[in-house]
Amino acid sequence: MNLHNNPDDAKAYTRRAFIQSSTLLASAALTVPAFIQSSAFALPRPEMGLSSIAGVDEDNILVIVQLSGGNDGLNTVIPYRDDTYHRLRPSIGLNLDNIHILSALGTNGASDLALNGSMTGIRELYDEGQCAIIQGVGYPNPNRSHFTSMDIWHTADTTATGDGWIGKYIDAQCCGYGKGESGTPDGSQPEYKIEPPIAIGREAPLMLSGRTMMPVSFETPDLFDWAGAKFSKDIIEDHQKLTDTLNEHADPNTNNAFLLRTAMDARVSSATIRKAVAAKPLVQYPNSKLSTQLSMIGSMIRAGMKTRVYYASIGSFDTHANQLGSQNRLLGQLSGAVRAFQSDLKAQGNDARVTTMCFSEFGRRVGQNASNGTDHGTAAPMFMFGPKVQGGFHSRHPSLTNLDNGDLKYTADFRSVYAEILDRWLNAKSRDVLGGNYRHLRVMDV
Amino acid sequence: MTITHTSENSISGTPAAPERVDTSLSQIRDRDFGYNEARHLLLRAGFGGTDEQIRTLAEWGPERAVDYLLDYEDIPAEADARDAFDSGIIRPRNDAEKRAYRKAQQASDENALAQFRTIRQRAQRDDRNQMRKVQQWWITRMIQTPRPFEEKLTLFWHGHFATNFRTIEDSYHMYAQNRMLRANALGNFGDLLRGIVRDPAMLKYLNNNQNRKSSPNENLAREIMELFSLGEGNYTERDIKDGAKALTGFTYRDDAFVFNKNQHDNNSKRILGSIGNLDADGFVNAILLSPNCAPFICAKLYKYFVSDISTDVRSLKGAPRTVVRKMSAMLQDQRYDLKPVLRRLFLSRHFYDPSVMGNKIKSPAELVIGAVRTLNVPVRNLTILTGAMDMMGQSVFLPPSVKGWDGGRSWINTSTLFIRQNTLVYMLTGQQAQKNRRFVDPTAYDPTRLVPSMNDPRMDSNPPAELIANELLDLTLGHRPMGAIEFLVDAANKVDKPNTTKGITTMLLLITSMPEYQLS
Repeated sequence: MNLHNNPDDAKAYTRRAFIQSSTLLASAALTVPAFIQSSAFALPRPEMGLSSIAGVDEDNILVIVQLSGGNDGLNTVIPYRDDTYHRLRPSIGLNLDNIHILSALGTNGASDLALNGSMTGIRELYDEGQCAIIQGVGYPNPNRSHFTSMDIWHTADTTATGDGWIGKYIDAQCCGYGKGESGTPDGSQPEYKIEPPIAIGREAPLMLSGRTMMPVSFETPDLFDWAGAKFSKDIIEDHQKLTDTLNEHADPNTNNAFLLRTAMDARVSSATIRKAVAAKPLVQYPNSKLSTQLSMIGSMIRAGMKTRVYYASIGSFDTHANQLGSQNRLLGQLSGAVRAFQSDLKAQGNDARVTTMCFSEFGRRVGQNASNGTDHGTAAPMFMFGPKVQGGFHSRHPSLTNLDNGDLKYTADFRSVYAEILDRWLNAKSRDVLGGNYRHLRVMDV
Repeated sequence: MTITHTSENSISGTPAAPERVDTSLSQIRDRDFGYNEARHLLLRAGFGGTDEQIRTLAEWGPERAVDYLLDYEDIPAEADARDAFDSGIIRPRNDAEKRAYRKAQQASDENALAQFRTIRQRAQRDDRNQMRKVQQWWITRMIQTPRPFEEKLTLFWHGHFATNFRTIEDSYHMYAQNRMLRANALGNFGDLLRGIVRDPAMLKYLNNNQNRKSSPNENLAREIMELFSLGEGNYTERDIKDGAKALTGFTYRDDAFVFNKNQHDNNSKRILGSIGNLDADGFVNAILLSPNCAPFICAKLYKYFVSDISTDVRSLKGAPRTVVRKMSAMLQDQRYDLKPVLRRLFLSRHFYDPSVMGNKIKSPAELVIGAVRTLNVPVRNLTILTGAMDMMGQSVFLPPSVKGWDGGRSWINTSTLFIRQNTLVYMLTGQQAQKNRRFVDPTAYDPTRLVPSMNDPRMDSNPPAELIANELLDLTLGHRPMGAIEFLVDAANKVDKPNTTKGITTMLLLITSMPEYQLS
């Protein structure tokens, strides 16, 4: 024998030895798992329509936008009157020509802060009172590794271990099981009342992953369908029945059961999602990857899908060299995408149901480096958008001189923001999800 | 020769009631080693194989089969030539260039400086192109090699000593590292560690080229212990500090390792209990003396070859804990020679336990390479295949971090599952999923050769549809799930007859879309 495998070499496929024909099996009755029948994915409700019931929190939607790579907070929200800022950033510091000076908004004003000049859309939202800027967000003993710090933000746990905080929230909702744990107390198969969160992209973000609940992820609608139909439409039904064939005896802890669940999630969400995102948005979005993601999320909301948490992301914020042009471009994309998204939601009449939260794994160092960039740092601003946020500034801007190991000291714990979202927007108990009490910053206006 | 299916599972399609897992490393009996066991061995110690290959290994019995795979140096194969790729695309400036550059800088000659930048950018572009070629070279090698275990193991070490091209930006260094890993893949673990502390790609990736007596850089020292040999919690901050000192001066020039003794810290160090003027080799020896090294390596080997477990040795429970402990005792006895331990593992009763067989999630490489090696599908377009593997989360030479690939369930989500199914659709039919890709690859695929009964001169050339379906299930899944056959035959009949190229392709489309097809 030869294990050499030249695809053009037919020798590997010589005539075979006799094989006994085996007994043929009768077909077994198929079982369709209960959660498909109760799933809004499988049974879209047209009567959901475009309207929403104001004040009913079961209706509220959270959209999370992740800025990956560590967005430089000091060139996003700029302390433009601070001499230290200009002294430590001689070539990348932004001057008056390149910033949006913001007017004071009620009690949440800050006359010495400005937005990056490329953030015109977000400035408009700020002026409309639909943009909350939470300053100096971080956590104790900051970690400067992208992976670890991102995991800390995803798990809401400074040891960077455990399930995602949204995953824990959904597990807790589903099973009435609290105290920071997720899954069911007795390990039984949970029954979810909430749809899985939806992430745009090819990964299942840790943030959205619970003990048993996994998000639905997709990158583009044409990749979110079985392509065998292109070979023959006649076999789709057989394909679907095959994937529906759940082995009743499958141990829920085996990889096979896990694959069956994922396949089922994929199949039942595929048609609904593809149909939803095929609709033309009510407004024109700019041309960027993040805009495409948010426009798809907008279309899914418009289609009346019952998903409560969506996730989008934009990368390349790791600006160690020649930061100015690249960060401005990225912030411009973020700003344009968020602005269009809010207009879309308003045109749909869904704007009051949706709050958007925007974060990055860390900010960057106060001073620029030798390559006209910035290295990994600590605290940075978070943004929240929508009619239900308390517009303006929250928390305090960190001092540029009173530093911790040369880095900004955080003035707000990111879990305070999560806690408020859980308690006041998602109708959950933040203590059960976060394993502790975190003081609200009054960012939500509900 | 008659091969019978040894496992009840293969006939009934329902898993047996949970029984105690056999954790014995003693050898599987010849009579327990049949078609399914040979298939399992080829999948795990390789990338799967054809029906004929499976039958041959089954006929040989476990010992000869395992030795055939592991004694791969006896199998003639094309050597990977040192000069297969261009080592000169990324190279340091020579003296004349350095002088010219300095002159341009001093004179603030913007034109000359811009020219230097252009040359650099062109080299980087050429280097990225070469990286794609090296990637395709390795995938092709995995597809074609007569020594599948060699490539499977090299891929293991690539994930273990994970180095990312995007950080080091030198495709030739990545290629040279790949050769080093392959040359030592089944040798002694100590040699691998000694190789990695001299490997230009790794030295650059973990900043050891900046690790100097006057300003130590701890990156490599930390990761050697945390990720390459001991695991977290099995060393102290002091071990990292002194380990970094031991590694000072271990750097490279152009494509070769150099020991820069002026940058080396000759003071006494204390690492993991070893004391003295240790250098990198002294550091490696201290690691090999640690009782935590063998368990860590064995847990990673177990995870790669046997089942999807956590690599945190302390958290292991049950059968994996027992087996990993036995493997590590053996690895220590063998003074870190890997081959006897892996030979024992692949021959062990535990390796063929029903809880192990068919319960491991295929990596993207196993899925894609396996499709070619098992189903004999055409490769069609390597750029499309490496692109698909990237979308599934595995680009060789571009692991996501120094931790390598997490593996197991982390491969699977609703997005990657469709990518996996659709990649098989492409390989089987030439159809791509993307809306804007209407081009259908015309390379013909003849799946009739997969069906034993259609190639048996003693049999009617027109075997019943159910037999064809069952034979395909045996090859692809290793058992016949209840009820599946009905849909396979129904679909084949809708498209064509079940015994035609189109009919069998249809059945394979359905089988490869089953969640179970993702298991190995």
